[in-house]
Amino acid sequence: MAQMTMIQAITDALRTEMKADPNVLVFGEDVGVNGGVFRATDGLQKEFGEERVFDTPLAESAIGGMAVGLGLQGFRPVAEIQFFGFVFETFDAVASQAARMRYRSGGRYNSPIVFRAPFGGGVKTPELHADSLEGLFLQTPGVKVVIPSNPYDAKGLLISAIRDNDPVIFLEHMKLYRSFRGEVPEESYTVPLGKANVVKEGKDVTIVTYGAMVQTSLKAAEQIEKERNVSVEVIDLRTINPIDTETIIASVEKTNRVVVVQEAQKQAGVAAEVIAQINEKAILSLEAPVVRVTSPDTVFPFAAAEDVWLPDPSRVIEGMKKVLDF
Amino acid sequence: MMLQILSPEGKVADQKQMPQVDDATLKELMRKMVYTRVWDQRAISLNRQGRLGFYAPVAGQEACMIGSQSALAKEDFILPSYRDIPQIVWHGLPLYQAFLYSRGHFHGGQIPEDVNVLMPQIIIAAQITQAMGVAMGFKLKKEKRVAITYIGDGGTSQGDFYEGLNFAGVYKVPAIFFVQNNRYAISTPFSKQTAAESVAAKAQAAGIKGVQIDGMDAIAVYETVREARERALAGEGPTLIEALTFRYGPHTMAGDDPTRYRAQEEMTEWEQKDPLVRFRSYLESKNLWSKEEEDKVIEQAKNEIAEAIKKADAQPKQKVTDLIDIMFEEKTPALQEQYDEYKQKEMK
Repeated sequence: MAQMTMIQAITDALRTEMKADPNVLVFGEDVGVNGGVFRATDGLQKEFGEERVFDTPLAESAIGGMAVGLGLQGFRPVAEIQFFGFVFETFDAVASQAARMRYRSGGRYNSPIVFRAPFGGGVKTPELHADSLEGLFLQTPGVKVVIPSNPYDAKGLLISAIRDNDPVIFLEHMKLYRSFRGEVPEESYTVPLGKANVVKEGKDVTIVTYGAMVQTSLKAAEQIEKERNVSVEVIDLRTINPIDTETIIASVEKTNRVVVVQEAQKQAGVAAEVIAQINEKAILSLEAPVVRVTSPDTVFPFAAAEDVWLPDPSRVIEGMKKVLDF
Repeated sequence: MMLQILSPEGKVADQKQMPQVDDATLKELMRKMVYTRVWDQRAISLNRQGRLGFYAPVAGQEACMIGSQSALAKEDFILPSYRDIPQIVWHGLPLYQAFLYSRGHFHGGQIPEDVNVLMPQIIIAAQITQAMGVAMGFKLKKEKRVAITYIGDGGTSQGDFYEGLNFAGVYKVPAIFFVQNNRYAISTPFSKQTAAESVAAKAQAAGIKGVQIDGMDAIAVYETVREARERALAGEGPTLIEALTFRYGPHTMAGDDPTRYRAQEEMTEWEQKDPLVRFRSYLESKNLWSKEEEDKVIEQAKNEIAEAIKKADAQPKQKVTDLIDIMFEEKTPALQEQYDEYKQKEMK
């Protein structure tokens, strides 16, 4: 076991898979000699050579198209989009091409691609770096979307994502890159895609969340448990497409109260889908309507306004009080 | 300078430029062009009868399509646009599957294992960046193969067109970008796509080789693609080929009426450049082609098309469970649930 930050765990996962499978290729803007703008690919080009880890011209759409082409030739591309706010440039390659390759060829071809991208607020980035756009890909048949919240999951999920024979969007929250260390096994291991993790057990209210909001929710849970005689269950979705409905429903049936917490705006993200699934499958277990804690429905804030815009533990507590006191 | 080898009258303009192409190859080229013209006529008629769906006519572009495909080896990979069905069929996709693609049936996209083509691309220019990626795969695996992709003149205005060429130049991949400039993108003439003097000139922006050729001249097309392929295999990088051509029919069979935007004189002018007429007179002058041979091809094409349509008719109808099956290698729980639901309905 080693103590690693999430970014180190990601590099470790890439190295592990590159060693295990010669078809794994890593490319994107500044991922080669520079080792990535966040050092996620640090040392990989030196270790594996320029044919396996390489820089591209500055054009996200062609990065996506190249990944699709290489995928057709038996490679397993791990393509980096420098910030997920730039995904619109390559939306066609991801959503119309990679996502549909297996389907439109009736299974003849596939796109075993991982699109890695940082996102997430709280680090005062310039415009269009931090936006939570995962909801767009929850609505895209043919892709999986993974968002780890800690170093252990990041490594295991990324290895699973690279081994998956269908396209996976792997979103890395910038605030989590180096904010804490965690135990990460040095050997190869996987965390299954599509499986949520109950990070904290409880019996009175369930928080369903993902990404940086897992930490925020845990803080809120700790605080409300001190203030009131309640216990909070926190579910980290880990994969937001497909959503692990089974784990959510089991928790709802136990606690009967749910808050969905996301960093994305209310009209975006996954909260609405989680609520719809709970309504379909467990409405008779609910003691209160499911409440959403989200960002407001504006464009992502100017850097200096992040603090008042992003959900924090106090807003999560507010949400929990709404369902507990309903 | 536009490369032309055969004049519109079917004469060799410049003997020095005439490539060494054996008689059998020339005859086969003609056979495939005649076949494709018949197929285009039949496809239009079958579409009007409602027996085919989406169809983008190809008459006039046979020299581009067949001349280029004929210069490829079987292991070369074709990334077609929505109009480039003839190339993928001559590269090995069974005709009945091309008809199923037209109708909108997933079996149309189930390319046989030993056929190196992709399904027709609807998003104009997505095939350009993908071809660059496929070619990069060949380069990394040190395989002696090229990727060829097709696009029209309108498509050269897309960002992906430029990005794909540019990446291909940087990585020097074995790719051929074949632009069929038929002067119109639906109703928009080439002069409204760009102020550039030609598509070939756009190669300069990517630092790659660009050539302009007479796209109604099968030999010029064949020879240019053969050369581009040789260059690519020798590690000299990609080529952009602009072939000047014309489509005689509408843009697609979905209600486009070319008389709204093309003058009769322009039609007449281009009909005189018909790639079949030109190539036929050249072959006849060399005693390589006769009316009997042509009639035989027409007869064969008609029979095979009728057979293919029958085979397409016999294909089982698509079920929702089929469509769910081809989404992922392994069904997600949500898809499994929906699969079970639809399976129940389908058993009733």
